[in-house]
Amino acid sequence: MKRYSAFAIAREAFRHHTGWERAWRSPEPKSEYDVIIVGAGGHGLATAFYLGKNFGITNVAIIEKGWLGGGNTGRNTTIIRSNYLQDPSAAIYEKARSLYETMSQDLNYNVMFSPRGVMMLAQTEAEIRGYQRTAHANNLQGVTTEYITPERVKELCPIIELKGPRYPVLGALWQPRGGTARHDAVAWGYARACSDMGMDIIQQCEVTGIDQSRGKVTGVQTTKGAIKTKKLAIIVAGNSGDLAQMGGFRLPVESISLQALVSEPIKPCMDVVIMANTVHGYMSQSDKGEMVIGGGTDGYNNFTQRGSYHHLEETVRALIETFPIVSRLKMLRHWGGIIDITGDRSPIISKTPLGNCFINCGWGTGGFKAIPGSGWAMAELVADGEPRELASAFGLERYQEGRFIDESVAAGVAH
Amino acid sequence: MLLLTCPYCGVDADETDLTPGGEAHITRHGAGASDDDLETYLFMRRNPKGVHFERWRHAYGCGKWFHAARCTMTLEVFGTYSGQTFEPPKTLVNKIKKKRPNWEGFVK
Repeated sequence: MKRYSAFAIAREAFRHHTGWERAWRSPEPKSEYDVIIVGAGGHGLATAFYLGKNFGITNVAIIEKGWLGGGNTGRNTTIIRSNYLQDPSAAIYEKARSLYETMSQDLNYNVMFSPRGVMMLAQTEAEIRGYQRTAHANNLQGVTTEYITPERVKELCPIIELKGPRYPVLGALWQPRGGTARHDAVAWGYARACSDMGMDIIQQCEVTGIDQSRGKVTGVQTTKGAIKTKKLAIIVAGNSGDLAQMGGFRLPVESISLQALVSEPIKPCMDVVIMANTVHGYMSQSDKGEMVIGGGTDGYNNFTQRGSYHHLEETVRALIETFPIVSRLKMLRHWGGIIDITGDRSPIISKTPLGNCFINCGWGTGGFKAIPGSGWAMAELVADGEPRELASAFGLERYQEGRFIDESVAAGVAH
Repeated sequence: MLLLTCPYCGVDADETDLTPGGEAHITRHGAGASDDDLETYLFMRRNPKGVHFERWRHAYGCGKWFHAARCTMTLEVFGTYSGQTFEPPKTLVNKIKKKRPNWEGFVK
């Protein structure tokens, strides 16, 4: 792999940019691998990357039925934060956030991580108490957040309306090192680094069955033929139910459409990320100038990748209350992603009843921010066969043991 | 937007008039149940790509709970039926089978 650098740009400029090579190879599958990862989204590619980097396991295939980064990795609102209440969540999301800080250097690929600060507005008495509690919890967990006053909110974001028609802004939970990153670049950067380590990224290849013998995985059936493997990692978000069924086990997961939209580009007017959970709208401004807006989830299972119209209306209503200047903005694009929601709204990084088969799913409405941490923890699980500290609380057995990581109370929405 | 016909009052109700209630025909295990059964009741959910049976409540109408059969891929509604039943009516199951020959059938 040729490194990207200022010198590389200068060198290529002299030869009319004819020397750039493809960022990753697109090989045909080999007959056998040490590890097969199903799903070349952010989480799958990150898992592959840390398997190679931290454990030296590079005989790995990442199989993708569509194109890499084409699922929720390319459909989210790119927000990165780690201000969670529960210890296991704070640990894994903070690990992810800290890995984002150096990701561009680690991958030699500009992921445009922008720690511009994330603010979650408190608009009811209950939210004030909740966010003050989270701020205290975060201080104990080593996550830097603070509870700020409405005046400070206005200072950080002048376009905000503090005295909203329904809910005034009473304060906010502020994480100065949260922010955004270029979501596609995260997938592309990991893919390039994985390909460079000799891993095979096989796109347009759908897994149609999981082969097993004596309770252990032996390989997968795909649209490009059978491939043998010693270990299998399923990291497919909304499609987890399908893969679990092939593996012969059940999951506490339901798939639902979550929407997002972007406006026409405008001049810079907002350099923080703001989430208003009571009225339910969140917004940030991309480097292109578009306002990036997160919408709501449907109330019922579906795989449509579009979502219900009335959720869109609720989202836009919330934003106009909070940021009156957006009222005449035109919306350019709108889309949905299929998210996998678990019973306690926390993810699953776990062994499965099938031997040597591991699953990483259930990130629900907030998977993008977790990509590097999730990949790190999943690589540990796949390499060792047992979870280490980061993943240990996220096992499937927690539903039977009643040991939930209950973030749903704090963040049933925008989580 | 989904349109479901309330089997009680006969109204074609918009999604906004209704409250979704999740998977239908779940066996409710209580005190004395095994860990496995309780987990199944509380957390394990069918998550099919295709035919799905659900509970809905006509919240801004007659207020009654009823059942619906719907496709999660196309949002096609196959039919709605009474809330007072443990399984979908045979006529509805046959109707779905005709439309979706590869469907495995209703599984409790």
